[in-house]
Amino acid sequence: MTSTTDQVAHLADLAATTLLRFATAGSVDDGKSTLVGRLLHDSKSVLTDQMEAVEAVSAQRGQDAPDLALLTDGLRAEREQGITIDVAYRYFATARRRFILADTPGHVQYTRNMVTGASTADLAVVLVDARNGVIEQTRRHAAVAALLRVPHVVLAVNKMDLVGYQESVFAAIAEEFTAYASDLGVPEITAIPISALAGDNVVDASANMDWYGGPTVLEHLETVPVSHDLTACPARFPVQYVIRPQSAEHPDYRGYAGQIASGVLRVGEAVTVLPSGRTSVIEGIDALGESVDIAWAPQSVTLRLKDDIDISRGDLIAPSANAPATTQDVEATVCHVADQPLAVGARVLIKHTTRTVKAIVKEIPSRLTLDDLSQHPNPGQLVANDIGRVVVRTAEPLALDAYADSRRTGSFLLIDPADGTTLAAGMAGESFASKADTTVQADEEGWDF
Amino acid sequence: MTTTVAHVHDETDAPYALSHLDALESEAVHIFREVAGEFEKPVILFSGGKDSIVMLHLALKAFAPAPVPFTLLHVDTGHNFPEVLEYRDRTVAEHGLRLHVASVQEYIDAGKLRERPDGTRNPLQTVPLTEAIQSLKFDAVFGGGRRDEEKARAKERVFSLRDEFSQWDPRRQRPELWQLYNGRHAPGEHVRVFPLSNWTELDVWQYIAREGIELPEIYFAHEREVFLRNGMWLTAGEWGGPKESETPETRLIRYRTVGDMSCTGAVDSDAATLDAVIAEIAVSRLTERGATRADDKMSEAAMEDRKREGYF
Repeated sequence: MTSTTDQVAHLADLAATTLLRFATAGSVDDGKSTLVGRLLHDSKSVLTDQMEAVEAVSAQRGQDAPDLALLTDGLRAEREQGITIDVAYRYFATARRRFILADTPGHVQYTRNMVTGASTADLAVVLVDARNGVIEQTRRHAAVAALLRVPHVVLAVNKMDLVGYQESVFAAIAEEFTAYASDLGVPEITAIPISALAGDNVVDASANMDWYGGPTVLEHLETVPVSHDLTACPARFPVQYVIRPQSAEHPDYRGYAGQIASGVLRVGEAVTVLPSGRTSVIEGIDALGESVDIAWAPQSVTLRLKDDIDISRGDLIAPSANAPATTQDVEATVCHVADQPLAVGARVLIKHTTRTVKAIVKEIPSRLTLDDLSQHPNPGQLVANDIGRVVVRTAEPLALDAYADSRRTGSFLLIDPADGTTLAAGMAGESFASKADTTVQADEEGWDF
Repeated sequence: MTTTVAHVHDETDAPYALSHLDALESEAVHIFREVAGEFEKPVILFSGGKDSIVMLHLALKAFAPAPVPFTLLHVDTGHNFPEVLEYRDRTVAEHGLRLHVASVQEYIDAGKLRERPDGTRNPLQTVPLTEAIQSLKFDAVFGGGRRDEEKARAKERVFSLRDEFSQWDPRRQRPELWQLYNGRHAPGEHVRVFPLSNWTELDVWQYIAREGIELPEIYFAHEREVFLRNGMWLTAGEWGGPKESETPETRLIRYRTVGDMSCTGAVDSDAATLDAVIAEIAVSRLTERGATRADDKMSEAAMEDRKREGYF
């Protein structure tokens, strides 16, 4: 068995290449594609043949300079219309970190795509045009990032070149945005003045803004911490699959395969299986071929328990000392992602971790207007891109955490049982976090980045 | 005032960090287990290329010490590298797996497909693939496709629903939220599953090195008789090259991808070991497909168009 210290030492060696998932959001002409293009280009992540293809198409269309947006618009329809329709995932790396970028469209009607991109993001970059400042769409992006509990938000104040690189313009926008997003409960906001077109503060520090002493966008992406939120929470282990070889070599092996959704699990720990409530003790943890005595989110492992109890896909294993309650009445915020509406009385399926059960929509108490965060009471139904509160009664109990405590065990899908369409993305519990305790120190003078 | 609230960060948060390879491995294993838990008859597309080899390796780890609960399917163009076929059969035997083969040659012989004038059989794979899926009633089909390969693939979901004609409609994809994959489908439809979606070419190679995975020899530098066509070094063979105007020569090369011999180009290379290959890829200024795939150069949307028809 590998000792804990060995594992930790081994991981420390590899810590320099962690993985950061982030999403971008911005209105149509805020220069999001240019920022993404600049980030890829200046971090030398665009290869020659890709750049040649972009240059060839740009020239064919009679454009003077290569259109960096062509690097990210992958579909025929997107290139024809010059807009981004769907989320695309980009990959790039620096010496310090690997990045997965969910490049999400900015159109109002694609709120669901930002939700999709933000659902797995550790960080969201919200872009504003320095000339326009915080607009409705900016507030909408901040609200979606707050709803989805994205741990880190970067405000990229773009087109600083068009406002004479003035500190006062940046400071006013940063202050307004920070106040708004902090009220929504966004835990960490970092504002960076940039020009994506000119390359200021994207990868390289700007010579035009010596008043700014903070990181460039890339430096911030390289150093922001990841996954601390997952391991600080109580352990949750949704059972995916039961491994029973029944072979001559392993006649009695019975392992519960799954990915640790949050927290840390240790051999010897007393655990409870939900929804049955049966208890046992972790006898062994098999981490993909290696026996270990500790494992943590988001590792995929196989647990062996001391007692031979009935456990199957859909069950949740949690520490007995800190197991969630089960419920058949789910109150949640949902983002409606399908074209067909979701109405009160609808019979749906709810997919929560590895468990899918029947459910009925009992109530839709309110629909949220993202622009001003006002609540529209009893809308009767939700349509595409709506965000609203729902009350759902499930046919079987679910071991559901509040989304605020765990993005993984507090989230669910509503699915149309007739055709399998994903109807809505659900987040159990309160919509927005309350304002952070550690408030801004207002008495400090000037900007302290 | 400060714009950073609540959380002062420090990179050494992290006895509980995962390396990027561990994170990718963990995610891929989760995807394999989701499919095993939710589908009746999944199959892994296995060509003997590095991505499908890594897929199989991950599947072996995901279900150990039990066997992989899936069969394999190879769409055989008839223009294979012999070393790769040998590797395929040896691997299948070693792990006691079951292999289905869908043969492009049989379709041509039966008059159901016609050889293209350019001799490439890559686009011809779609029909045998989709018919094998329908006739053998597979409901989940694992592919080794990665989003970093190509811009149409960058739009691909991890779980990609295909209709009864195996078609991909990029505008009607299900949003994919958190790690909650929705694999529901009607009879006759199936789901393509891409566990390596978030991997890059370099990740694949680093993982192969870390895990000590054996690969077919053609991935490493060796001398081979090749000839130049459309800027690609192609291997001379029975599939119809070289033409009279094309001169074969012996070069030190290796392959970055493995596919149909008629359209898979070799790259000049002296990288004979895994470390040398990784070093070479890390500094390469060409994408994997740009360097080695003739068929993607047919048009700007070649991959999107083929995927719409049912290609993987």
